[in-house]
Amino acid sequence: MNLSKPQGMNFLSNRWFGLSVILWFVPLTVFCADTVPIEIVYISQKQAQKPALSNLDSIPKDEGLQGALLAIEDNNTTGKFTGHQFKLLEKQWSEQGVNPKDNSIFFEEKALIVAALGDNALLEMKQLAMNKSTLIMDVVSRADHFRQQGCGNHVFYLAPSRAMRADALAQYLLKKRWVKWFLVQGLTNEDKLFSQALKRAAKRFGSTLVAQKTWLHDYDARRTAQEEVSVFTQGVDYDVLVVADEQGLFGEYLSYRTWKPRPVVGTQGLVPTAWHKTHEQWGAVQIQNRFKAQSGRRMTEKDYAAYLAIRSYGEAIIRVGSSEPEKIKAYLLSDQFTLQGYKGKPLSFRSWNGQLRQPVLLAAPRAMVATAPIQGFLHPITELDTLGYDQREVDCNE
Amino acid sequence: MSKGIVCCIYLVLLWVPSCVLRTVAAETIYITLEKDNALAVVDPDLGELVATIPIGQRPRGIALSHDQSQLYVATSDDHVIQIIDIKTLAPVGVLPSGNDPETFALHTAADILFVSNEDDSLVSVVDVNKQQVIHGIGVGVEPEGIAVSPDGQWVVSASETTNMIHWIDAESYNVVDNTLVDPRPRGVAFTADSQYLWVTSELAGTVAILDVKTHQIIKTITLAVPGLNADRNQPVGVVIDPETQWAYVAMGPANRVAIINAKTFAIEDYLLVGERVWNLSFSPDYSRLYCTNGVSNDISIIDLTRNKVVKSIKVGHFPWGLVVKP
Repeated sequence: MNLSKPQGMNFLSNRWFGLSVILWFVPLTVFCADTVPIEIVYISQKQAQKPALSNLDSIPKDEGLQGALLAIEDNNTTGKFTGHQFKLLEKQWSEQGVNPKDNSIFFEEKALIVAALGDNALLEMKQLAMNKSTLIMDVVSRADHFRQQGCGNHVFYLAPSRAMRADALAQYLLKKRWVKWFLVQGLTNEDKLFSQALKRAAKRFGSTLVAQKTWLHDYDARRTAQEEVSVFTQGVDYDVLVVADEQGLFGEYLSYRTWKPRPVVGTQGLVPTAWHKTHEQWGAVQIQNRFKAQSGRRMTEKDYAAYLAIRSYGEAIIRVGSSEPEKIKAYLLSDQFTLQGYKGKPLSFRSWNGQLRQPVLLAAPRAMVATAPIQGFLHPITELDTLGYDQREVDCNE
Repeated sequence: MSKGIVCCIYLVLLWVPSCVLRTVAAETIYITLEKDNALAVVDPDLGELVATIPIGQRPRGIALSHDQSQLYVATSDDHVIQIIDIKTLAPVGVLPSGNDPETFALHTAADILFVSNEDDSLVSVVDVNKQQVIHGIGVGVEPEGIAVSPDGQWVVSASETTNMIHWIDAESYNVVDNTLVDPRPRGVAFTADSQYLWVTSELAGTVAILDVKTHQIIKTITLAVPGLNADRNQPVGVVIDPETQWAYVAMGPANRVAIINAKTFAIEDYLLVGERVWNLSFSPDYSRLYCTNGVSNDISIIDLTRNKVVKSIKVGHFPWGLVVKP
């Protein structure tokens, strides 16, 4: 307004002008340093709803995603001090799998992906991303074959494999001296795979399978669960009923209905899991509280895996000072990387197959019972490697 | 008559040595019991638990007031800091502390507490006399360890999930710098001359020594107990003697206290104590070190003249923090 005033022209002597110049540049430099947010792509898949035994535990629609969002927030709190900003880009694929539209976006450029997919879709994604500068953090799959052959040197597995879960259970059962197992498995392919993992674990830790039966889902009207289970478990001398029913189609019927008074473990009863609502030790209560405040519900295994996936990306990017997938991968597989996972031991990735090393919780519906590795199961490097396939048992050279 | 005098002299002679003993080491240890919602009072000379006082939900951090007449105790699940009269052991006041206070540090000169609020990524500044939270300082995710430099210039806060040391100006309450450290920093302690800061990193099994002038790490010590897998070495509490000659680190589930030469940074010894050793405190004459063992429910007494664990005393469930009053 007063441009004609002489003192207005004398820029250098004007203190206010100097200050405004400084004020103008300070935020600019702070912002310009690293304002481009680092994008992490979260890809989930629509799944056919499985039949439920009861409506007690509904499956949250945002399972996994909420864990990812919490981790983005944690990364950004840290990023506030380091000049990093993280952003989540969500995608959902159909039940059929890969969305062709996403190919060019995610697999030709340098993408950081969190995959919450079924095993078939994950396999397709792995192949598409092969030899491209893309990293995949799988937060769902339990498949042992992904960890044994064709692991994909660009894929990290955040959830415990079936073998890790079975080993955790077997260690605890051995400690209790419940070594005579009666194995009951369902009809699905997943049940067969878990049952194989259980057999391997029994052999590894010195338990015996005294009986093995398949639950056939018979429709005979004279047979209700109440009567059926009694007869089904009769005539066998065993310590513990081990059940492989991943979808929860019959396992809940078993407890309190067996012929002999025997505990039920496996996919129902006492379950091996990466996370549980009753877990409070080692600072877990903090993240349980933060998660509940954010999402209004309890944290599940899938949320936990997604949380760890994005925290791993965040830690690597902040430590390495780069979001180049190759550099991130090298850091994540190095000895320097350790991640806080609220389970009392430092988490890290197995360099030979990308599996996240982690304790496995053994939980009853409303109580934490134990944490594996169980004390006394030793390993020359880390006791965490007593769970699942160790380096010598894996051939992932590609 | 003469018999009476002899008797009196005899009684006096009997009384004098016990009286002298009493004054030589009449210190008292106060220990928070996280799972008992109580405060344990221990006489280390008798080697006995002398009292257990109910105090509020989930007590953890504990400190002595400047005049040593009061105790401040964070009762985390009550979301307050209790003020306890040390003579009567009765509560005499309550300080607001922000949400879920865990650890806190008393300003070296003023009646100001700096409190870690883990759930809110916040450090609350509490004025003890006004009984008010006068400031909130945004820090990283899950702040835990907190300390004020002896010269009163710095407050440092360690955030467990962000893996950082935040340097807070003790006067303006601004975060002026941040240092990235190894995963899950827990305990922080300044040397008496305020020149160096020691930081334990629970998941890395390391202790970092930072130069207070530059805020940079000048040395990282990796703890390694022979015969123990590396991931059991999870350091938590750390204390340094006033001459900066020796530092002592509680190693959590490694069940040991590490003795480190604070001048050369060489590890002198690992002493076996109770299970999941957590926090440490010196006796007033620095001849002894006391530590809380969270899982074995006891405290250990270490004789620093011989570097030997001389006694353990059962105190209650999950002993967490401790202070020693001369």
